[in-house]
Amino acid sequence: MATVALKSVKKSYGDINIIQGVDLDIQDREFVVFVGPSGCGKSTLLRMIAGLEEITAGELKIDGKVVNDVPPDARGLAMVFQSYALYPHMTVANNMGFALRLAGVPKAERDAKVKDAARILQLEPLLQRKPGQLSGGQRQRVAIGRAIVRQPKVFLFDEPLSNLDAALRVQMRIEIARLHSSLAATMIYVTHDQIEAMTMADRIVVLRSGKIEQVGTPLELYHYPANVFVAGFIGSPKMNLVPVKVQSAGADGITIVLPGGGTAMIPVQSSNAAAGSAATLGVRPENVAISADGPIAGEITVVEHLGGETLVYVNVGEGPFITVKAGGDSAANVGARVRLSLKTDEANVFDTNGAAMVPKVRKPLADLEKRGH
Amino acid sequence: MASKAQKKIGLAVLGWVVALLVFFPLIWMALAAFKTEIDAVSSPPKVIFDPTLENFNAVFERVNYGNAVFNSIVESVGATLICLIFAAPAAYAMAFFPGRKTKDLLMWMLSTKMMPAVGVLVPMYLIFRSTGMLDTRTGLVIVYTLMNLPIVVWMLYSFFREVPKEILEAARMDGARPRQQLLLLLLPLSLPGVMSTALLSIIICWNEAFWSINLTASNAAPLTQLIASFSSPEGLFWAKLSAASLLAIAPILVFGWVTQRQLVRGLTFGAVK
Repeated sequence: MATVALKSVKKSYGDINIIQGVDLDIQDREFVVFVGPSGCGKSTLLRMIAGLEEITAGELKIDGKVVNDVPPDARGLAMVFQSYALYPHMTVANNMGFALRLAGVPKAERDAKVKDAARILQLEPLLQRKPGQLSGGQRQRVAIGRAIVRQPKVFLFDEPLSNLDAALRVQMRIEIARLHSSLAATMIYVTHDQIEAMTMADRIVVLRSGKIEQVGTPLELYHYPANVFVAGFIGSPKMNLVPVKVQSAGADGITIVLPGGGTAMIPVQSSNAAAGSAATLGVRPENVAISADGPIAGEITVVEHLGGETLVYVNVGEGPFITVKAGGDSAANVGARVRLSLKTDEANVFDTNGAAMVPKVRKPLADLEKRGH
Repeated sequence: MASKAQKKIGLAVLGWVVALLVFFPLIWMALAAFKTEIDAVSSPPKVIFDPTLENFNAVFERVNYGNAVFNSIVESVGATLICLIFAAPAAYAMAFFPGRKTKDLLMWMLSTKMMPAVGVLVPMYLIFRSTGMLDTRTGLVIVYTLMNLPIVVWMLYSFFREVPKEILEAARMDGARPRQQLLLLLLPLSLPGVMSTALLSIIICWNEAFWSINLTASNAAPLTQLIASFSSPEGLFWAKLSAASLLAIAPILVFGWVTQRQLVRGLTFGAVK
């Protein structure tokens, strides 16, 4: 049982506010990922939970107890650092057992716990080595092992995979996800990589400039981003964000003027959108298709064949290129004039302030089921 | 344009000249130590002479060399250890928990080294006299400790800053208190730096003459005071003075030779990064 609750938590250095009031409830055994561009305060927020940074204002509760002034080791947390932060002069076994040694745990018990953790992470053959003799991936596993040995209530990960190469990163991602389910622990994970966030999280917290932009399951964020920032940040290739004009707003949805003058009706609640005002259409590349009777005309500028799928970038005259995700056998040619159609019931519209208009119908999301909502 | 080889030769020659300039007084002193008093002052100076050990016998007869060596060791090592005990926590705090005034504090500490020691001689002497610390090892150890603290703090500070912050943060998460972070992590991790700091401090204490001459006479007199006692009102005895000096610098010379690798690393630390 380990919950973490933040209540209007703030952090400032002098006049500079790094974290500007964060409210968040993290459930027991939940895997929460903080994601955002660099400088958004996600690492600072994690370090505040860890106790490495002081909390300027607000309340941090772990298991219902306020821990603002509790030292890091007494909070029952363990942290895995981006740089691994292993103790270079100690063997792997001593690195992993350091916390227990400090806590005065007898050597026999300590060794047993270190062995257990080493077995889980397949580190047994390396126990007598020094960190300098290990590869990046092995070091990362030792750092995780050091956290496991302490049997913490909450695991904190600060961009743990960003020093690894791409292949190893995918492997470690799976390993951490596996650990999460086998240890049944609460985990908070910081990353700037939205793919890591999407693949690992039960819930994603998107941060920008020290504020939470949106909290939700990966698919919630993917299909129903709260604003333009989240829409642009989550998903790869990125969501198409097309500047449009509102033509009319009715009971069935909003009619917008697309680049080139065509129109489309998007089924969202749009009572407060004035005709003629600017808006942003958000549509995922997989929801755009090349078809002869589409409302948008353009010219194919770049074609990327990825094998299983093809990304087609279409210049529609104004605004950014529109990305179309087509099948792997797409015959799209650079320079060809095409028309694009939209899946309007999968599209999002954002008002002049960038906030999403609520869709008329929300389809059921696979990952909400998983979490028992 | 001078070619690369010419430049190299030029540099080598320059190096040798500088080295000889620095080394000449030492060589001259070492030679004089084995000359008779008459040979030592003869002009033109004698390079070829009958070496004699009579100066050394005279030195050993006149002063207690063993006691002075003992004092030098006790005072320099003692002061260095006390310095480290005080400086390590200070450097730890300044390196990892710097405040707004940390830089100023460091500069202030260094600035105390710029004050001429003679400026505080009278008050120091009076304090020593009234506390009964004149000519005591304790007194000199205290002075040496105070004298070296700024340098030792500075050096440890820069060595500690080399240790990644995350390692100490990980230790904090693991439950290490500051004392444990210092003893179990920082000191082992920066051991080469700590060693060279200690070596430098020992050498500075060993060579220190101003305070030892003014605050000690015989009981607590280290080697520097012993040399000074040979330039007495009875007149200069070059050969004996040289012999005494040679005896005084011999231990630290050997010590420095043995530890030079460590020392160079410590002294050039941060310069080549």
